[in-house]
Amino acid sequence: MSTAAAGHHEHDHDDHGPAKGWTRWLFTTNHKDIGTLYLWFSLVMFFIGGGMALIIRAELFQPGLQLVDPLFFNSMTTMHALVMIFGVVMPAFVGLANWMIPMMIGGPDMALPRLNNWSFWIMPFAFTLLLSTLFMEGGGPAGGWTLYAPLSLQGPDSFAFVIFAIHFMGISSVMGSINIVATIFNMRAPGMTLMQMPLFVWTWLITAYLLIAVIPVLAGAVTMLLTDRFFGTSFFNAAGGGDPVMYQHIFWFFGHPEVYILILPAFGIISSIIPTFARKPLFGYASMVYATGSIAFLSFIVWAHHMFTVGMPLAGEMFFMFATMMISVPTGVKVFNWIATMWRGSMTFETPMLFAIGFLVMFTIGGLSGLMLAITPADIQYHDTYFVVAHFHYVLVPGAIYSIMAATYYWLPKWTGNMYDEKWGKIHFWVSTVFLNVLFFPMHFVGLAGMPRRIPDYSMQFADWNAVATIGAFGFGFSQLIFVWVVLKCVKGGEKATDEVWEGAEGLEWTVPSPAPYHTFEKPPAQFS
Amino acid sequence: MSSPSSYYIPHEAKWPIVGSVALFTFFYGFGTLLNGGTWFVMAAGAALLVFMMVGWFGEVISESENGAYSAQVDVSFRMSMMWFIFSEVMFFAAFFGALFYARTFSGPWLSGAGEGGAAATNAVLWSGFDYVWPNNGPEKLGGAYKEMSWLGLPLINTILLLTSGVTCTIAHHAIQAGDRAKMVRWLLATCLLGFLFVGLQAFEYYEAYAHLNLKMTTGIYGSTFFMLTGFHGFHVCMGAIILLIVMFRGTRKHFSATNHFAFEAAAWYWHFVDVVWLGLFIFVYIL
Repeated sequence: MSTAAAGHHEHDHDDHGPAKGWTRWLFTTNHKDIGTLYLWFSLVMFFIGGGMALIIRAELFQPGLQLVDPLFFNSMTTMHALVMIFGVVMPAFVGLANWMIPMMIGGPDMALPRLNNWSFWIMPFAFTLLLSTLFMEGGGPAGGWTLYAPLSLQGPDSFAFVIFAIHFMGISSVMGSINIVATIFNMRAPGMTLMQMPLFVWTWLITAYLLIAVIPVLAGAVTMLLTDRFFGTSFFNAAGGGDPVMYQHIFWFFGHPEVYILILPAFGIISSIIPTFARKPLFGYASMVYATGSIAFLSFIVWAHHMFTVGMPLAGEMFFMFATMMISVPTGVKVFNWIATMWRGSMTFETPMLFAIGFLVMFTIGGLSGLMLAITPADIQYHDTYFVVAHFHYVLVPGAIYSIMAATYYWLPKWTGNMYDEKWGKIHFWVSTVFLNVLFFPMHFVGLAGMPRRIPDYSMQFADWNAVATIGAFGFGFSQLIFVWVVLKCVKGGEKATDEVWEGAEGLEWTVPSPAPYHTFEKPPAQFS
Repeated sequence: MSSPSSYYIPHEAKWPIVGSVALFTFFYGFGTLLNGGTWFVMAAGAALLVFMMVGWFGEVISESENGAYSAQVDVSFRMSMMWFIFSEVMFFAAFFGALFYARTFSGPWLSGAGEGGAAATNAVLWSGFDYVWPNNGPEKLGGAYKEMSWLGLPLINTILLLTSGVTCTIAHHAIQAGDRAKMVRWLLATCLLGFLFVGLQAFEYYEAYAHLNLKMTTGIYGSTFFMLTGFHGFHVCMGAIILLIVMFRGTRKHFSATNHFAFEAAAWYWHFVDVVWLGLFIFVYIL
């Protein structure tokens, strides 16, 4: 890791700051501007996707059909997933990568600044296209975000626009990832070896590789849906010699690495935060790197665990079961390393650390329910129940989303130059955490009892826990307004942050002034040479 | 790794937003076209996209010719091109995966092979269906057809593409030796071979539709055949256009023995479509 001597500052006051006027944001090539754009975009989409979740939970408050049409309910579950995955978690991670990677590796900017601008400025257009389908004749997609054939092929005419929106976002993801890989390989400070990079950089390098490898596969899969629907091909039609199950195989060949795309950068963030507040170097740096690489490798050979009930040769079921279970080994390495980092550390519990520890505990809950789901015979019982919903929300909400919140609190003083309101940050954490468990924990119970997912109605015996979950959902949703308020307050002003911000923080980003100047490291830092 | 000289950071990028508007118009127009609307919006989007690419690449080319880029920027470009080609490989992998899956798994399963309920399903749903490749499914979608033979046009096309790889390499050696005129000549040959390939491919499609009754709607065989060869043909078109632009740059005294990344990127891309074709020739046509 960085051996930055305290007091060494890179005072690079460039001859030009940001451009004047609103076109600054339209034409910017600055990694910090683009990072900011990504993060705000992600926050807006978070509330759009969250609003959809609240519609789902409001309908499920009581058994029976109350509020919305079942077709609209289905398009809400579909859109909620697409928005949260492609519009919230991925752009937020890319925003953090933009802000932090050049500063962490001592580079002047991203390797391809113009392409960086385009990667961002595709997103608002792509999501306009996607969300507009909700207002088209026949409504938006309602067959689930996985767009399984043949159901998705029987949907409304807006289907073509959904496919193109996915192509559109894919172009952004691939360009953004290529940029990140080129930045990490080519823009490091002279002398910084790969094994000296902060773990956030490492995890993003591997994530970008996964993205470049699987987003084109998704593009291919949805292209085949498009031609099956509009050009008369029979890829997923048994009458013509194709197979609907083939779609699932191709989709999940993308989909499972995608799961790790949504969590590997989170691992990098947590690996940055825990050492700072434990005031100890990260335990087992090299093993963290190898564990990340192992997870990425394994992510390519486990996809069919999403399809245990679909019909597969027994040898396939067994292979995918054991391969899936194997992932718990490198993941366990990471969890134990984080705990070992905290062991006998001089710990303090500022908001980023609270979110990081919340991540550690609750992500592990999601990981353990994932291990249960990996057991083929057990999964045949759990499949398509709320137990699965509980599982992936435990890894995504207190996993991916909490890591993004932790990162925001952690680096916000570096971005704005001001300390955020610590008291309200902590309130945000505790209120969120309580409501989050009220929301998602009961889903384990109704799921094990057999409540199916993606249906707007349910049997009477599930009523109590669903009412509880809905209360949790609204509590969690509205408590995120605290987050917005704390961020806005911090952007406007507050106690001035020091350059180092956190007492135990190490890394090049803490050697530049707070707020970070518009251009940093135009001359490479000297620490590594 | 990084050089101590400063890295070129452009400011005020105006083309990306044009590109976003272009792609949005294109996709929106394509969607309306598929739902029975006009082709005009899609064409406008495509035209705007071409306009953006001409403008954007033009800017980069003039910066490169004016010496704005350091060796480090050059490395960024090279890495990006390699990873872009890798993403293209994965795009084709999806369609090759579909081909292998259909041929190895779904075809035999439909005819009752394999464990579980396959035999019963075959007896009830597709009784009497016997699987051989090529196939258009138990319901014989698209009707009777003839298989596309690998002898004839596909073989000629294979020879054309492989030859174009050789001419491209000769052009590469020429520019490495600083002989720009020779590079232009051999690139011209490469482009001609490429466009000839595309023309023959179009003729092959005409043959398939007019005389073999082999169409996109001809079950899984027609689906995989036209999807794989169609996307490949599109990539050959793009590659040949890129090589043509590189050739015209050569006639304008661009490139030198040490500075010719655009040529190399185009050549890598060309070899990539070449290799994909070999995969196609083996798995779509011969086997």
